[in-house]
Amino acid sequence: MTVATAATAVETAPSFVLLRLGERRFAVAASEVAELVAPSRIFRFPHKSPAIEGVILRRGRMIPISDIADRLNAKKLATRRFFLLATRQFGAQLDWVAIPVSGECELVSTDMMESGANDSPHVAGWLSHGGEVIEVLRLSVLTPGPAELAPVRTDSPARDAAPLLADPELKEALS
Amino acid sequence: MQAAAVTRAPHPRTEQIILFRVSGQTFAISSASVQEVRSVDNIAGMAQDLPDSTIRKVRHSIRRGDRTLYIVNAALHFGLQPQPAALVFFLRRTRTALLVDGIEKMATMSRLQALSLAFQGEERSWYRGLTALDQTVIPVVQPEGFLSLAELTLLEAAQLAADTRAIAAQTSGAQSQ
Repeated sequence: MTVATAATAVETAPSFVLLRLGERRFAVAASEVAELVAPSRIFRFPHKSPAIEGVILRRGRMIPISDIADRLNAKKLATRRFFLLATRQFGAQLDWVAIPVSGECELVSTDMMESGANDSPHVAGWLSHGGEVIEVLRLSVLTPGPAELAPVRTDSPARDAAPLLADPELKEALS
Repeated sequence: MQAAAVTRAPHPRTEQIILFRVSGQTFAISSASVQEVRSVDNIAGMAQDLPDSTIRKVRHSIRRGDRTLYIVNAALHFGLQPQPAALVFFLRRTRTALLVDGIEKMATMSRLQALSLAFQGEERSWYRGLTALDQTVIPVVQPEGFLSLAELTLLEAAQLAADTRAIAAQTSGAQSQ
């Protein structure tokens, strides 16, 4: 009976993946992690999304790379040991985002303390592990999609010129 | 004896694409979107200056039949370091003539992956998506994405000013003779 209760407790404890970004460790809900892969060639092409570095090719799929260490530690990772492939639900679309990490990742099952009003928006909660208090990351804040940002145009630019009017040069010329 | 029915795997939908270079970067465009490819030297005499253009990437226009096409510098459009362009793509069903550095090759694209929604900027109108060819990722451009409606409006005003100036010059030339 005691054994059965313990097993149930273990099964219901949420799982997290601990990842290292430079000097600090963070956690991500295990349900948001698809895979941990070795770094591969990064393909870069012109774009205007500063949070995205390029894409990697993984089993025929092109996955955007987002170095979240840049925003969490205010500096890019000096060494990249793996790419953590996280799943992101952008509306109805399930996408993947590759997050460079600088060390081994670890799967832990523990309870999370919910974040408070004073915590940064990217903090989903806190967990205690190995004598350390670790931030659980809210990936929707660090790798935002259309729902988390202002609406972006998805149709032809010829049909929607409004965002371009934000360009001061164009605005001035039009006025 | 009956011959066994031949079952063929359905052909995946493929598309012919042109791989072209702009400032060292490779892009792809559907060959069906390109009406004509000309050398820059070939069109030099036909292009008209647009000194009043406020769109940095467009400095010239060209008449094709009864239409005016705007010559877009692809390097400036994508925010790349401009290099001397060698070719012009006249894009079908658009008012864009695109200056590019050169053609790499023709290829067949069997899969086009939509741009991830993690991409939030202007690239969403620049590209139809990404394709992988020979283990390389290549962005596939959207022909309609080179000039927006607002840009076309500004260019039409610049074109009108250039035309008015040309007519005035012709008139004063005729009067002086």
